[in-house]
Amino acid sequence: MTLTAPAPPAPADTAKRPVRRPRSRTGTSSWTPWLYLLPALAVLGALLVYPVYQLGLISFLEYTQAQVSGGEPTSFQGLGNYTALFADPQFRQVLLATVVFAAACVAGTLAVGCTLAVLLTRVRALPRLALMLAALGAWATPAVTGSTVWVFLFDADFGPVNKLLGLGDFSWTYGRYSAFALVLLEVVWCSFPFVMVTVYAGIRAVPTEVLEAAALDGASQWRIWRGVTAPLLRPILAVVTIQSVIWDFKVFTQIYVMTGGGGIAGQNLVLNVYAYQQAFASSRYSLGAAIGVVMLLILLAVTLVYLRLLRRQGEEL
Amino acid sequence: MTAPRVLGVRRPGRLLAEAAALLTAVVVAFPLYWMVLSALKPAGEIQSTRPRPWTLSPSLDSFRRVFEQQDFGRYFLNSLLVATAVVLASAVIAFLAATAVTRFRFRFRTTLLVMFLVAQMVPVEALTIPLFFLMRDAGLLNTLGSLVLPHLAFSLPFAIWMLRGFVRAVPEALEEQARIDGASHARFLWTILFPLVLPGLVATSVFSFISTWNDFLFAKSFLISDTSQSTLPMALLVFFKPDENDWGGIMAGSTVMTIPVLVFFVLVQRRLVSGLGGAVKD
Repeated sequence: MTLTAPAPPAPADTAKRPVRRPRSRTGTSSWTPWLYLLPALAVLGALLVYPVYQLGLISFLEYTQAQVSGGEPTSFQGLGNYTALFADPQFRQVLLATVVFAAACVAGTLAVGCTLAVLLTRVRALPRLALMLAALGAWATPAVTGSTVWVFLFDADFGPVNKLLGLGDFSWTYGRYSAFALVLLEVVWCSFPFVMVTVYAGIRAVPTEVLEAAALDGASQWRIWRGVTAPLLRPILAVVTIQSVIWDFKVFTQIYVMTGGGGIAGQNLVLNVYAYQQAFASSRYSLGAAIGVVMLLILLAVTLVYLRLLRRQGEEL
Repeated sequence: MTAPRVLGVRRPGRLLAEAAALLTAVVVAFPLYWMVLSALKPAGEIQSTRPRPWTLSPSLDSFRRVFEQQDFGRYFLNSLLVATAVVLASAVIAFLAATAVTRFRFRFRTTLLVMFLVAQMVPVEALTIPLFFLMRDAGLLNTLGSLVLPHLAFSLPFAIWMLRGFVRAVPEALEEQARIDGASHARFLWTILFPLVLPGLVATSVFSFISTWNDFLFAKSFLISDTSQSTLPMALLVFFKPDENDWGGIMAGSTVMTIPVLVFFVLVQRRLVSGLGGAVKD
């Protein structure tokens, strides 16, 4: 079935569910699904679609404190905000930092999550329970508190990590890369559990007979993983990857709390925090909106790639 | 037990794996342990340059400071109120929507599904700007409604997306049977389908709960002048001071803030694990 075209059900579809055609006899009309969708569409329309539209609109306007308070009329800027944005070296630097940082977070989260998921399948109940509980604890920790705890753990004066590693009073938040590394650790810590639990559930769902057959045929552990488990896990891996990309690209709280709003001289800014600061700290709402639109477009591109991959695997939505 | 054992993992190998698992569990749990420990340490020990991983004289001073902070109880209640409202509303609305997109075939169905996926991409923080104006125009600034509504909107797409698997798992034969027995579709929906999908709803609500409970951006932006409407994360930030952070207070506040989520997680843990497996499998 095609993914985007709003076409009537494909023939294969109707063949699968022939009973569902005569609507009136089931006590539902063709309007029933829309009735069920109404609350969701109303909420999303008012609080998501409309704000996104406004975001786009603001990004084309001159919109600062003067316009907000109603003192001056808004004026249309065309692509002015965007050209200003891309001419700004700091924006380009933040954009690059965001992409690299998000990629590192996704890679780290997936690597840790998948490794631990495999590990979970090879241990007995007790260690498995211990690891599962610890992971659920990390998952449950709110981003704000997780960030503060990690900052405290790595505190130059009072933190145990520096003592343990013999780093003296090395300040993690002072240098750009060490600060990013610290945030990265926290992000991986709080987001690997989702990957671990999901992938673990996926591995458990692989039929035992298939694995036994492969083992009987003399395949090595690695070959079984490559040849049997991994392909079966692909849809799950696709889901956790896209979710990680979405979440990590939009990291806000961790950067905001751990680096004190973007680090020294904004060295640890990511797009999300940068947009927020442009808008609310500097009252340049239109620039902040333009940054938001750029983020949205990047994530949309990622989504399109994801949908295309799904379609290539022949998955139905 | 699990499949890999059948594959003949040798004993030393398994012991090594178990040691690694336990070690990882300790490392992963350590930040939480340190948080609670620091919250219980007396003031002198927290600000010590030789931190010890235990304390011989636990004290509740830090917790007292947190609770005595102006209106802390109220912040807690506000947070709980907002999160509960979002969880309940999003469960019902997402259930209806998920039913519509899985049990019916209609025009624009796939388009809608793609839209729900795309909606998850929207960077929530960037929308703070238009949402601020929207809330101002609706007269919702400084009210808890200004937190409930946006979080509801942001948790819906993921909730719908996840719930689809659960709704689809309920056999169509049940629906036929209910119809033959003379039940209206609405009756089938609420008395048969809803209870069956409930585990999925629980798994999904974890995500809405966490994202709402965690929020501090909207609270910071929409509750500007009326601090009595503030939520927990804002109370936590009070202990951050430019010159000297009150680490005891921060850790105690963090502990208080983490506990409700942990309780929620432990309650739904089993359903969450099976739920994620079920939702993602198809």
